[in-house]
Formats: sequence, C-alpha cells, structure tokens
Amino acid sequence: MVKYILKRLGVAFLVALTVSMITFSLIYVSGDPAVALAGEAASNEEIEHIRKSYGYDRPIPVQYMDWLGRALQGDLGRSHYLKEDISHVILTRLPNTLILAGCAIAFALTLSIPLGVAAAIRPNSLIDRFALTLAVVGQALPSFWFALIMMFFLGIQLRWLPISRVETWQGFIMPAIALGYYVTPGVMRLTRAGMLEVLQSDYIRTAKAKGLRPLTVLFKHALRNAIIPVVSLAAVQFGFMLGGSIVIESIFAINGLGFLAWETIQRGDLPMMQAIVLVLSLFYILITFLADMLNAFLDPRIRVT
Amino acid sequence: MSDTILEVQDLVVDIPVSAGMLHPVQSISFKVDKGETLCIVGESGCGKSLTSLAVMNLLPKSANCTATKLSLDGEDLQSTSERRMSDIRGNKMSMIFQEPMTSLNPAYTIGNQLTEALLRHKKVSQSEARDRAIYLLEKVGITAAASRLTQYPHQLSGGLRQRVMIAMALMCGPEMIIADEPTTALDVTIQAQILHLLADLQKEFNMGMILITHDLGVVSRVADRVAVMYAGQIVETGTGKQVFENPTHPYTQGLLECIPIPGKTERGAHLGSIPGIVPSLVGDLPGCHFADRCRHVMDTCRTGTIDLSPSFEDGHVYRCVQTPEQCAANLKKGAA
Ligand SMILES: Nc1ncnc2c1ncn2[C@@H]1O[C@H](COP(=O)(O)OP(=O)(O)OP(=O)(O)O)[C@@H](O)[C@H]1O
Ligand SMILES: [Mg+2]
Repeated sequence: MVKYILKRLGVAFLVALTVSMITFSLIYVSGDPAVALAGEAASNEEIEHIRKSYGYDRPIPVQYMDWLGRALQGDLGRSHYLKEDISHVILTRLPNTLILAGCAIAFALTLSIPLGVAAAIRPNSLIDRFALTLAVVGQALPSFWFALIMMFFLGIQLRWLPISRVETWQGFIMPAIALGYYVTPGVMRLTRAGMLEVLQSDYIRTAKAKGLRPLTVLFKHALRNAIIPVVSLAAVQFGFMLGGSIVIESIFAINGLGFLAWETIQRGDLPMMQAIVLVLSLFYILITFLADMLNAFLDPRIRVT
Repeated sequence: MSDTILEVQDLVVDIPVSAGMLHPVQSISFKVDKGETLCIVGESGCGKSLTSLAVMNLLPKSANCTATKLSLDGEDLQSTSERRMSDIRGNKMSMIFQEPMTSLNPAYTIGNQLTEALLRHKKVSQSEARDRAIYLLEKVGITAAASRLTQYPHQLSGGLRQRVMIAMALMCGPEMIIADEPTTALDVTIQAQILHLLADLQKEFNMGMILITHDLGVVSRVADRVAVMYAGQIVETGTGKQVFENPTHPYTQGLLECIPIPGKTERGAHLGSIPGIVPSLVGDLPGCHFADRCRHVMDTCRTGTIDLSPSFEDGHVYRCVQTPEQCAANLKKGAA
C-alpha cells in the first residue's frame, strides 16, 4: 500500500511539474509579453523598459524557476489589470466554485448511482427505460439551455428559487443541478453496465449459494465491485466541473473561478489566466490522486500484491 | 443408514432460447441418502450443472423448472419461500462450483468470506466464526490457516482457492453438499487430491454428497451410487459397483472404455473414444438421444420414448431398447 501511495504521489508530482511548465510558457504563446503589456502605441524604449522591469530579459529557465519559487510560496504575482494580488483574487473566488462543483457532483452521484443500480437489477423494466430515456435526453440537452429552462420555470414562473447572485444556499440549487445533470447519464450508464456484469459473475452466485440476504448480495458483494470504475469517471467529471463551470457561473452570475476565467480572457489578463489554469490543474491532479486512493481502498488487487 | 436426505423426482428445466425451447434437463430423478455419495457423470453440456443449480434454486432467471418432487430432509423445496430457501442454502445444503478462480469475491478477505455464511445462519460470535474458519482451513489442508484469513483471493493459487471454497461450503455443517466439477479448472496434479479430500470430508462429517466429475477413476473409488447423464437424461444409474461391473447402456460402456482402469487395463491397450457430438437439445428429441452415436443403433431406437428399465440387479436401471443380456453381449463383441 505504502509503495502504491508513493508511486501515485510521484506520478502526481511529475504531472504537476509538467503542468507548471506548460502554464508558465502560456506567457509566451501569444507573443512577446513585454510588447503585449506596453500596449500598441508604445515606443521601443518603453517596451525595453518594461522588459527589464518585469524581468522578461532574463533567460527563460531562470524566469521559470523564479516564477515557480514564488508560486510555491503562494505568490502568483499581480494582475496588471485588476492591480490586485492574483492569489488573493483566486482565494476569494475559489470557494464558490468548489461549493458549486461539490454540490453538482453530489447531485449527479445521488441521482445516477441508485438509478443505475435499479436499472441493472431489472433490465428492460420500467425503471430501466426511464433511466435510459433520462440518459438520452440528458446527453442531448446543452447545459446552458437546461439552465435557462430551469431559470424560467423555477425562478421566474414559480419563484421557488433565486435566479442569480448566490447569497443563500438556495441560490446554489439550480446551478448545481444544471452543472451536475450533464454528468448523470455517463455515471448512470457505467453503474448499470458494471452492476449487470458483476451480477452475472460467479462470486455473486457463490454469495447467493451461501444464503446471504438479497441486500447483502447487492450492496456488499455487487456494488462494491461495480463502483470501482465509477470512482474514476466521477473524479474526471468533477475535474471538468471545476474548470467547466464557466457557462453555468456566467448564467447564474456566480462569482467563482469560472466566471473569473471568462472575465480574464476578455481582458487578456495573461498572468491571471496563467494562475487560474495552474490552480485548476492542481485541483485536477489532487482529485485524480484521491480517486486513485479510493480505488485502492475498494479494490485490494491494487493495494495488496 | 438409508434415511433419504435429498430426493428429486422428474426434474425438468426448460430455457427459452432464440432457436426455440431448450430442454437441458428432462425428467431427472435421483435420491441421495444421508452420508451417501452420488456421482453424476456425463459429457460437457448434458445438464449436470443445471440439475445442481435447480436443486439449489439458483437457476438463471430465464429458466423454468418443474419437478413432481424436490425435497431436502423431508422438506419440500418447491413450495418454500425464497426467504426460507435462503435459510437453507449455505446452511443445510451447500454447493461448490466449477470455477474456483472467479467464485470468490475479489474485494473481501478469505476470512470475511468464510465467516460470512456462519454469521448469517448461526448465532455465533465473530471470534467463534473465526475459530471455525481456521479449523476448516486446516481440515482442507491449508497451512498457516490463521494468516490466510487476512489474505485476498488474488493472493491464492487456484488449488488453494478451491480448498477455501470447500471450507466455505462446510462452515455451517451442511447435511448435503453439491460439488459441481470442483477440479475441472485445476492443475491435473491436484485434481485427484481435491476429490479425495472431498470424499474424506464427506465420510468424516457424514454428509450426503452429489459429486459431479469427469474423473471416472475417482468415481469408481468414491461413489456409492452413480448416475450417468446424456443429453439431459439419466441413461443409467445404479450403485458404483453395478455400473462399473455391468455397464449396460452403450453410452456408459463407451465412457468406461475411455478410461484406463488400474489393474484391468493393460499397458499400451487401446483406449476408446465415442465418435460424434451431443445432439442439440432445442425442441423435441424422439427416441434415444444417443442413437446417432451408438454402434448398435436399430430402427426402434428412433421413435417413441424410451423409459428406464431394470438391468440385472435391483436398483440398477438403464435407458435402452435392448435387453441387459443383449447389451452385455454387445460389450463383449465390441471389446473383442
Ligand atoms: N443460462 C443459459 N441459457 C441458455 N442455455 C444454457 C444456460 N445455461 C446452460 N445452458 C445450456 O444447457 C446445457 C446444459 O448446461 P450445463 O451447464 O448444465 O452442462 P454441464 O453438464 O454442466 O456441462 P459441463 O460439463 O461443461 O459443465 C448446455 O447445452 C448449455 O449450453
Ligand atoms: Mg457444468
């Protein structure tokens, strides 16, 4: 187990390092950063001055090490546009995104796993067909459209839920559903397929031959094995939600990282963009690592050799 | 010692398949007395597994099963609720399967899976269950039993896993045990070991046992009764001695020619094999199912139904249009 954890940690570290390099080089992809900063009307001297004062004249590896060193201490630089510390801006926006994505994945899993299990217990039954319909519809509906529909009915017509500006927990309900429902079909199909396969397996027959209660067979013996691939999928989806909440955050005017990213792209605020990409990537790596740990806990073939 | 523990009469299993109705088990009847071993032999696909699954009430959902009698220790199993049936399974009657590699749950330790059935059926504490698990692991010949309890199935070899499966089946002290080809998936070198282990345990715990196996050598040594199955039917049954000394049905005769018998078969002697394949069991099959492969086939073999009729001795029956004397004569001719 320790060996496995160390190996995963090592991989996570290498991925993080690679990501940091790619993120750093973002500064250069759109051309000379000094020119970009100086603006269109700047003279050559002004550009050179900016190049010097921002340190863009140093060799790139030196700049990278310098940037990395400061990033590790939590200093992600200053936003030229907002005139604020980037880490401060990110820290104020991050909680909203984390809560939103957390609620969304929780919503998606509590809906899709029981549905998938129920569909697998009775294939081709009414509940299976209902689940299938939901999956097809879910995959076909763009989330922004679904969000607008919900806003219209639940927010404007029925006035049950606030439509924007999250001040209370109720404000998170619609955005979380809009963000999470898109993940539901995939997780549900995978749960259903996994359960169907596991329920056919020899060890389930053994469990039944022992006279175990149906619920013990279903949850202790079947679900535990069927859920393993679902963990990996859910982790990937959770990662996507963190970064992919741009649309939903914009629609519901939630001051999160996604909304910030959208604003930042419009302003062309490169260092801020760089920081957002870095933070989201690190979260992604963290989630993947945690999912690996959870899978190792669930599946002894990973943990014990 | 002739109290019947398991009685099966006219067991029929039908499975609808795309080509029509499959009849993998057609009116099978047998009895197992307390402490007795019934061996079921027969080619792959003749319905042995489905018969045992039917007795355990573990058939796939698509299968229909009927019987005029299906009782365990006097209790009718057909009319019992699924709830009562699950109290019996793994407790009074347990089963060992063909596939040791996949029959254990990869997610739980051996100890967990061993104690589970006992904790489910009997009022015992965790530590009592653990002690019994260790006791039985030692019984089935596993060394360092206590330390095995914390291991996972993937850490054990196939042979060890099958021993664990046997120990698991014995946890609640069953009166009836069904072993469905417990060694088919194992290394040839340990097949006989495991079969003899089972036979010894059966004697020691005085259980009724159905042993399904292809190993006729082992059958000849451990079977009290033998049932030979062919294409969904029992074609011959009797005591081990009767079937091995006076095989009457041409299929039984063919099977016995396929194995060397220590002391009887001479070194270098030609071992027979039965040409042809098992017929399809979809739809109705008139006459004798073995007709297409039988050396002594006649016109009368192909029509009507052929019932089991008595052979030379009491309790020895076979399913063939010819008299026992004719069959015995055929065997001599064939051997000559
Ligand atoms: N679930 C099922 N659906 C359709 N046909 C089945 C099913 N299970 C078994 N059969 C068929 O029923 C017949 C008897 O199967 P069974 O498993 O009882 O054979 P067997 O005698 O145990 O053979 P083996 O020695 O290979 O284990 C076979 O032809 C098999 O293909
Ligand atoms: Mg079988």
